[in-house]
Amino acid sequence: MMRSSLSRLVVCTAALIVGVGAAAAQTPKKGGILNFSVVAEPPNYDCHGSTTFALVHPIAPHYSLLVKFDGKEYPKVIPDLAESWTVAPDKMTYTFKIRSGVKFHDGSPLTSEDVKASYDRIINPPEGVVSIRKAYYADLIVSAPDPNTVVFKLKNPMAGVMEALASPFNCIYSAAKLKQNPRYPETEILGSGAFSFVGHVKGSTWEGKRFDGYYNTERPYLDGYKIFFVKSAAVVPGILGGQFDAEFRGRNPQEKGQLLDKAKDNLQVFEGTWVNNLMLVFNTTRKPFDDVKVRQALSMAIDRWGGSDALSKISILKFVGGVMRPGYSMSLPEAELVKLPGYSKDINKSREDAKKMLEAAGAKDLKFKLLNRNIAEPYTPAGIYSIDQWRRIGVMVEHEQLETKLYQDRVAKGDFDVAVEFQADFMDDPTAQFAKFLTKQLSPSGYSGHTDTKIDDLYQKQRRIADPDERTKIVREMEQYALTQAYNVPILWWQRIIVINKKIKGWYMTPSHYLWQDLTEVWLDQ
Amino acid sequence: MVWFLIRRLLLVIPTLIGVAVAVFFLIRVMPGDVVVVKLRADGAAVSEETIQAERRRLGLDKPLYQQFADYMVGLTRLDLGKSLWTGDSVAREIAIRIPVSFQIALMATIIAVLIALPLGTISALYRDTWIDHSVRVLAVSGLAIPSFWLGMLIILALLSLFNWLPKIGYVSIFEDPLTNLSALIWPAISVGYRYAAVSTRMMRSALLEVMREDYIRTARAKGVWTSLIMRRHALRNALLPVVTVIGLEFAFLIGGLVVTEQVFNINGIGKLFVDATARGDFNLIQGLVLFIATIFIFVNLLVDILYAWLDPRIRLS
Amino acid sequence: MATVASTPTTEALPKRPNAVWQFIRSEPLGIFGFLIILLYVVCALGAPWIAHYHPEAIDFAAMLSAPGEAHWFGTDQYGRDVFSRIVYGSRTALAVGILSAFIGCTLGAVLGAASGYFGGRIDTAIQRVVDIMLSFPIIVLAMVVVSVLGKQSVLGIDTNLIAAIALPIIPKMARVARSSTLSIVAMPFIDAARAAGFSHKRIILRHILPNIVAPYLIMVTAFVAQAILLEASLSFLGLGVTEPTPAWGLMLSGASADFYQTAPWMILFPGIAITLAVFAFNLFGDSLRDWLDPKLKS
Repeated sequence: MMRSSLSRLVVCTAALIVGVGAAAAQTPKKGGILNFSVVAEPPNYDCHGSTTFALVHPIAPHYSLLVKFDGKEYPKVIPDLAESWTVAPDKMTYTFKIRSGVKFHDGSPLTSEDVKASYDRIINPPEGVVSIRKAYYADLIVSAPDPNTVVFKLKNPMAGVMEALASPFNCIYSAAKLKQNPRYPETEILGSGAFSFVGHVKGSTWEGKRFDGYYNTERPYLDGYKIFFVKSAAVVPGILGGQFDAEFRGRNPQEKGQLLDKAKDNLQVFEGTWVNNLMLVFNTTRKPFDDVKVRQALSMAIDRWGGSDALSKISILKFVGGVMRPGYSMSLPEAELVKLPGYSKDINKSREDAKKMLEAAGAKDLKFKLLNRNIAEPYTPAGIYSIDQWRRIGVMVEHEQLETKLYQDRVAKGDFDVAVEFQADFMDDPTAQFAKFLTKQLSPSGYSGHTDTKIDDLYQKQRRIADPDERTKIVREMEQYALTQAYNVPILWWQRIIVINKKIKGWYMTPSHYLWQDLTEVWLDQ
Repeated sequence: MVWFLIRRLLLVIPTLIGVAVAVFFLIRVMPGDVVVVKLRADGAAVSEETIQAERRRLGLDKPLYQQFADYMVGLTRLDLGKSLWTGDSVAREIAIRIPVSFQIALMATIIAVLIALPLGTISALYRDTWIDHSVRVLAVSGLAIPSFWLGMLIILALLSLFNWLPKIGYVSIFEDPLTNLSALIWPAISVGYRYAAVSTRMMRSALLEVMREDYIRTARAKGVWTSLIMRRHALRNALLPVVTVIGLEFAFLIGGLVVTEQVFNINGIGKLFVDATARGDFNLIQGLVLFIATIFIFVNLLVDILYAWLDPRIRLS
Repeated sequence: MATVASTPTTEALPKRPNAVWQFIRSEPLGIFGFLIILLYVVCALGAPWIAHYHPEAIDFAAMLSAPGEAHWFGTDQYGRDVFSRIVYGSRTALAVGILSAFIGCTLGAVLGAASGYFGGRIDTAIQRVVDIMLSFPIIVLAMVVVSVLGKQSVLGIDTNLIAAIALPIIPKMARVARSSTLSIVAMPFIDAARAAGFSHKRIILRHILPNIVAPYLIMVTAFVAQAILLEASLSFLGLGVTEPTPAWGLMLSGASADFYQTAPWMILFPGIAITLAVFAFNLFGDSLRDWLDPKLKS
């Protein structure tokens, strides 16, 4: 779906390898256990009801998907259970050919019925089952005409169908077991992935071992994997102490420094953009944030380009970007971006203009509260930095950092002046990325409370355009409009830094920490 | 003695019921919703309908009086309910974390007693000398050092002096005593230091008090060796306040665990409590508070019994 | 409550002409503690003149500098001056510490005195509530209160944080006040006063109150120390004071965990500030107790 030249461009912005002996292609070796850490623990085991990497990292190796993202050439979609597919000329029907001889870990065969049952569970969850991304797939009708064929028919035209189907959360469950108990995936693991489940010690470890009945008899290379659930602060000592060899969510620059300082020769580093940013949400139902000039002025006071240099040394905040991830094919080119309020490279002029605009809007001695989560990385630096920037144009801001649950309660109730929100999903698709920029009618997370339906209209329009070029045009128009209206404005995008043991091969960093975690291609050079 | 015990035990029940009721209503005043945290915290645009369905499934949509009735009925069967976060039983969630926290608490107590008994005794014996002064200063600063800061200093010292850090993850002492002790001794010291300081002060002043009493004077007059007095009479009487301190300081021990487990990345009761409050997991918070309160009450009960046993005058009154 | 664990005194404040001078002579350590407290008070009041930097001013050019001439205690990851933040942090520590100890002790004293003086049902009811409150370990109670109340700041001070720290103090003070009151009520002059038909008000104001002033003062001082520690712990857990407000416990929390191995000054000085403050209040409290409670004096 995405043209390959673009995909290559995206990958080029990522992946810089420090260390020795990375380039030459080696023959993968079999065997070994991959030890890694995960800095959070999944509440339960159900992919369909989850949004967290804490579930994906331990569980992805246990399940097959219909199709998946290629870690090497993100955002290319490659086969998993579906060995091939065809798209009807009108782009309204997608037909997948399912591999034969695929087995679940209990030995039972996997057929198109299992794929259908799993997608039906996502699209129309039975009572008691949580399906997070239900609305995202609402336009699909799934059928299984024969054991090796699955057909997705679209009720309405839809962009990015293949990317949506490659979601790491769309685990394929056993239809027979779902019939007995639609909630079995919450407490039990029965997949067809490359690794079968060994055990989960709460608060401590997770183990999987090589599944000999995996459909690809050449994979996986590893004998198994073991996960240590630790607090983020314990990752660096754990890697240095040799207790585990990796953490795949991302480290901050300070931690990278500590690791390289102590064990440079044993480590490899990946760095690049991350499909996450922090943004300011202005509560447009409160004065003076209903005034576009005030919102723009507050955005213009923030030195993004200068802040990027400094903040990227102490936090994961780094890249200057709009609503789409910088470097992504549909994002606004930098030349366009710098023309928008808040993105100028001349910060002194920006600040002067901002002061004048506030004065003109009658908000000269503006004081407000900035609502934020009390999470050290990267929320606290974003809050501290913004407040410092605003003080420079004479705006006094009080930082209100709350626990996540209290924060969410306030944001959902609209009880805030300006909030620090984040934008994230498992991929770059605009349909996912724009969710927080919409009106409340269209999106439950349209926290800014604006009623400007122009963004909604453009959003609905781009969703229905299957042609990438045409869609890009609409998306850029939408982005320009959204950033000019400034109901929400990105502060900075995140940098993803992965520091892992050099012996780990076949793992590639994508801009999303949700992807390429099924470990089928990973091997240890030892 | 028996009546004393029964009376004390009977008092425990209304207190525990009071705790149960208080915590139930207290945490329900708390804004924030565990379902929203669980489903929306990672940024997904989850519909209100999905949130409501999940609340229904967890029984959070029921009227408060009904939730309260369910909870109280559950308590009579010693059923603490299920964690709203993991869906696992609260009892199990707690049980998994007991061994490590219990071991740290025990080790901290042992460290405290091992330090306090000799230091307190020496300090009292060499009253107003430089030994006494330095012990006292040490003890007062022990009260002042925050346990989490001490923990950070310990980590810093281990790292910069030995380039070594304890292993992450709990290994049972029966499985691998060396790994277990090398990991847990540090949090035990950070928590136990304060404990030791308090006990030392108590030990000292108790001994001084006792030594002023007549029968010790008589003993000394009779020419009994000072050391013998210490062992026979003074020590036994001086143990009374030390035992009290252990009971009183138990609350601090729990507090110390809550913060120190964060510093040392230990998967214990303290960390579970911090996580549960952060998520708004009502059932788990209730269960944990009741659990901690029960232990707390029983430790104090035990202290009272010990006290009564050590000092017959109390029993009679 | 080790610092005041001895049975509270029933004696009133010693009314000697040269009370202060005697205190200085008999309790040199207490004076030492008092001087440290005074130093913190000076820091808190004179913060803008003592600190050379704005405590919240970011200066990325000076990021993580080691202690030196420009920054006596070094800087943190935002280039903020650690010394200035500690100086301003004494405002937070003292305000929260003193206010919560004062509020907690006052409420506790009232409850305890009422319980001891009236006895009977009132006593039983108050004692049950106190029992329940005492069954929550301090930090657990404070954490629950903080998450229930959220944040509410008045003049830059989080009032709910003060409430959360004051609450666990109440039952402890109530216990002490009750036993002091009981021992006074048992004395003959109270019976005489009652027989003479004096009102409750007069008995309480003229006879009971002066007699529990000593334990009250001792408790307040001791609890200031504890409240400072508790505030630091809560801030460390992310439940207390929030960034960028300078507070000692906060300076030890969050991202400083990532930095302190390379920039140890970031945690060294705030920790010393906490320890010294608590140390000083404990020392002063101890001496105050020894001085007010002649029984312990040799």
